[in-house]
Amino acid sequence: MSILVLAEHDNTGLKEATLTTITAASQIGGDIDVLIAGDQCAGAAEAAAKISGVSRVRVADNACYKGLLAENTAALVVSLSSEYSHIMAPATTNGKNILPRVAASLDVSAFSDIIGVVSADTFKRTIYAGNAIATVQSEDTIKVITVRGTAFSLAEQNGSASIGAVTEAHDLGLSTFAGESVAKSDRVELTSAGIVISGGRGMQNSENFSMLEKVASKLGAAVGASRAAVDAGFVPNDMQVGQTGKIVAPDLYIAVGISGAIQHLAGMKDSKVIVAINKDPDAPIFQVADYGLVDDLFDAVPQLEQAL
Amino acid sequence: MKILVMVKRVTDPNVIIRVNAENTSVDLNNVKMAINPFCEIAMEEAVRLKEAGIATEIIAMSIGPAQAQDQLRTALAMGADRGLLVESEESLEPLTVAKLTAKVVEEEQIGLVLLGKQSIDTDNSQTGQMLSAILGWSQGTFASKVDIVDNTLNLTREVDSGLQSLTLTLPSVVTCDLRLNEPRFASLPNIMKAKRKPLVIKPAADYGVDLTSKIKTLKVESPNTRQSGEIVGSVAALLDKLKTEKGVI
Ligand SMILES: Cc1cc2nc3c(=O)[nH]c(=O)nc-3n(C[C@H](O)[C@H](O)[C@H](O)COP(=O)(O)OP(=O)(O)OC[C@H]3O[C@@H](n4cnc5c(N)ncnc54)[C@H](O)[C@@H]3O)c2cc1C
Ligand SMILES: Nc1ncnc2c1ncn2[C@@H]1O[C@H](COP(=O)(O)O)[C@@H](O)[C@H]1O
Repeated sequence: MSILVLAEHDNTGLKEATLTTITAASQIGGDIDVLIAGDQCAGAAEAAAKISGVSRVRVADNACYKGLLAENTAALVVSLSSEYSHIMAPATTNGKNILPRVAASLDVSAFSDIIGVVSADTFKRTIYAGNAIATVQSEDTIKVITVRGTAFSLAEQNGSASIGAVTEAHDLGLSTFAGESVAKSDRVELTSAGIVISGGRGMQNSENFSMLEKVASKLGAAVGASRAAVDAGFVPNDMQVGQTGKIVAPDLYIAVGISGAIQHLAGMKDSKVIVAINKDPDAPIFQVADYGLVDDLFDAVPQLEQAL
Repeated sequence: MKILVMVKRVTDPNVIIRVNAENTSVDLNNVKMAINPFCEIAMEEAVRLKEAGIATEIIAMSIGPAQAQDQLRTALAMGADRGLLVESEESLEPLTVAKLTAKVVEEEQIGLVLLGKQSIDTDNSQTGQMLSAILGWSQGTFASKVDIVDNTLNLTREVDSGLQSLTLTLPSVVTCDLRLNEPRFASLPNIMKAKRKPLVIKPAADYGVDLTSKIKTLKVESPNTRQSGEIVGSVAALLDKLKTEKGVI
């Protein structure tokens, strides 16, 4: 058995999601190769070579992989696929964009966002917004899988894999990268933060989110949001936590002015400790919270910041 | 340009779904069903493209049981011109759905396929990407803005780091995200009109696609449920608990 992991990276370094995917791969067993596709991505390749358990790093460094365009990147992965029994990637927006395209090109099914490895062909994943966990078995020769980061620990980083270049460029000319607007933040990433404080519709506007920013600064936390807060334009889309946003499972999750809809819970209910601050004592969020504070957030949050 | 919109019948997003007693599936007895919310967004976008003079015809398609006609009627009331139900009692996996859809795309000479980014029941987020691979077309997933000028599609995507812009060649497959638009409610006259719009039903077996599943579901379980904890009286009490009882700050 041999596994190819498509890495999530920013060209200079790796994202934590790559390390959790490698842990999932090592639970399947067999040799693990990591593919770094990108434009000027040598730094990421060097970082990948240090991950324990990795045999080989394969680098496809070409302008046609800028922005990890699905068509080009999937064609690249498909061109390497004959050597592998499993093709895996983190369940990030890149992984979700590229791997199903790889699977269909190989005429096999795909498994999205797995939370457990039962055996080399059997996996666990959530369905119905996390209200059920299905154990699913694949009959395909190549298994194509995306992995939920919060369900696996980080791989160690004391390895020394070899690095080899994949020189053939797969530029299909179907799409071009036209730019990106990246949310600027010096804060820890939402999906890897130990503490997350999220705001909902109760925050009322964009300016009030600075109250949460202040608390986050003191706690070294990341700031998240409900869909309602994103839809209302209080904060950008990359902060949405939930079934259709990001999945987080920090040690501490503080929900402020969030009612606790099923779709929001799906993104945070595996957090170790959940705190809810809401003025409505009947808000469903209190049913999953370890500690609830029934209070106006405009009183409680400044108090919290003061007390830290 | 003809647009095909994929409309899936799923459980209503407000219903909490439970696992059945046998641990083989979820219990869908008497559960309210609805059009997948992301498909509603896809449908709205198609109607706007037709209103803008870019689309000439909108075909709404669903693959599922006879009851999925309800969701197709909703799509017709929103503005689709025709409906197609590819009937299958078994729920089919994304690869099979994509293969059936590819047949329809070829038959109907479609220029753009709009889908939801994700089914809220199976949470796969695969079908659009698979369809695009089978057709060899460009692919725009998680779209929050669709702009067609001449023969190119300028697309904005919601990605983990923020927003990404792509230029795609047409024909293309686009999957729609939450912020693309706000779907309209079908008006009563349009609901009445939709009853007379053509809706063709064809068995899935007629398309020459292998319908057998390569995925076996061995078991379906309930997740660990969280117990609700305690209500604390003050911020000070809260901080004390977090520090001393849990040691998380
Ligand atoms: C297809 C689909 C996908 C979805 N995906 C997601 C997702 O990924 N993530 C997500 O979060 N949601 C998602 N949703 C939306 C979800 O159903 C809810 O609508 C949303 O989570 C509600 O956000 P909220 O809790 O901020 O707002 P509300 O439900 O309006 O709750 C606001 C809360 O703030 C409290 N409040 C108001 N003022 C104050 C105050 N001054 N002090 C204290 N408390 C106050 C209120 O008591 C209330 O409980 C999705 C929905 C659909 C249909
Ligand atoms: N059986 C189906 N009938 C119609 N559309 C479907 C079906 N399955 C998937 N789709 C489309 O594909 C999108 C993504 O679904 P999925 O890949 O299952 O998450 C949905 O929002 C629909 O637009």
